[in-house]
Amino acid sequence: MAQLKRTALYPAYAEAEGVKLIDFGGWELPVQFAAGIIAEHKRVRSNAGLFDVSHMGEIFLEGKGAAAYLDRLVTGQVSTIKEGACLYTILCNGRGGAVDDLLVYRLGEERFMLVVNAANTEKDFAWITADNPAASEKGPDLHIEDQSPRWVQIALQGPRAQEYLQELVDVNLQDLAFYNFFDGVSLAGVSTLISRTGYTGEDGFEIYCEAAEGPGIWRTLLNHGADRGLIPCGLGARDTLRLEARLPLYGHELTEDAGPLEAGLKIFVNFEKGDFIGRAALEEILRNERYRVLRGVRMIDRGVPRQGYRVYREDQPVGEVSSGGKSPSLDEFIALVRVPKGSLKTGDHIQIEINGKRRTGEVVATPFYKKAYGGKQ
Amino acid sequence: MSSEIKKGLKYAESHEWVRVEGNIAYVGISDYAQESLGEIVFVEIPDVDDEVKKGDEVTTIESVKAASSIYAPVSGTISEVNESLEDEPEQVNQDPYGTFLFAVDMNDPGELDSLMDAAGYEKFLAEHEE
Repeated sequence: MAQLKRTALYPAYAEAEGVKLIDFGGWELPVQFAAGIIAEHKRVRSNAGLFDVSHMGEIFLEGKGAAAYLDRLVTGQVSTIKEGACLYTILCNGRGGAVDDLLVYRLGEERFMLVVNAANTEKDFAWITADNPAASEKGPDLHIEDQSPRWVQIALQGPRAQEYLQELVDVNLQDLAFYNFFDGVSLAGVSTLISRTGYTGEDGFEIYCEAAEGPGIWRTLLNHGADRGLIPCGLGARDTLRLEARLPLYGHELTEDAGPLEAGLKIFVNFEKGDFIGRAALEEILRNERYRVLRGVRMIDRGVPRQGYRVYREDQPVGEVSSGGKSPSLDEFIALVRVPKGSLKTGDHIQIEINGKRRTGEVVATPFYKKAYGGKQ
Repeated sequence: MSSEIKKGLKYAESHEWVRVEGNIAYVGISDYAQESLGEIVFVEIPDVDDEVKKGDEVTTIESVKAASSIYAPVSGTISEVNESLEDEPEQVNQDPYGTFLFAVDMNDPGELDSLMDAAGYEKFLAEHEE
């Protein structure tokens, strides 16, 4: 087996009682800690959990033309967000499929941090610097750097996240709005960047600091909230939490062949701005109205729907599952299914072929779980 | 973490255990198997009276993480299934050796000889797993 990569936080939890480490796209990361996936999931919904997400990539763009160049590359409008704001957006290929989905942090007028999926970091960097069709528009003063190894990212998620973090920082987190960040925040004496963002459908924060400071920050946060119920959580809970909140996962809802329209992310495509890579293809897809959409399914029969399982309606194949599993919050089996636009409406019964048997489910509205976010809006 | 291997049972390389009562073989999964699977959220209940051959996939156990096939350790007819797993699949995690999945009325009890005893399974785990 090839040597797995480890994040800078690895020493902080590798010896933790009950931790289970797995190979996650070449990274040795915790799938769960002692509590187990279901308990960790529920704790994030009711209290708070701490996740190592340092495997995510950080690509920095700095210099003249950075904002304009990003506007050409992603589906959202980067040039109009304020310094201190984040934008969730999609890097499209020329066919309207997704190279990746990412968060753009505006650090300065012409300075940005792109937080990308771990498995896509190298591909994204190559795409942004050279492989994309607009690469020739990149000005000579624009500096692009993959700084992923330099940073750790810790997600503190859950309704009590603000309470725990507030006691350790020198800023008022109530002033930090959803999808905004504070840079240079002192967290127990360490300089951090803190955004009110996450991937769980709960209020929460993502905290970035230099790799060398990571294990100390992890222990400080965990020790600080532990007696009130804060626990470390693994990637297993991260996946069930994001599924309930209907947040897309690259490789499932988004792929090189399934872009923002197919993943229900049309609101993250800004057709009002100038040209961007994928625009023509996305407009063509919209004109034809023949594209696939995601619908939520709640299983009526028992069975666990998983990615790739076929979906039938009245014995005719209509699509397939993009993600599925047990919803710990609902105590039901749920799935996101990809079907032609207009083919299924809420309340319709469908069948999913699970281990050779067709099991009935009902089309339901998504997200499966919804929660209000904290901070000023 | 070392898992429990219960004495007096037979074990298959695919981590099922077999408890023999007369001509009936009760089948479950080992502590090692449930520990590896993680939290079990669904056990597909096989059909009584189905004929199975040794090595056939009989049913599926689903954990939060993944689906895992369960194979027949012996050939015969499914004579009994554990219907309580429909509502409480987590019993497999809580008490792997006290929770059978299905029972097989054996065609050829001689097939039991091809399974491992507890000592053999312990050695097998030590050699094949980390």
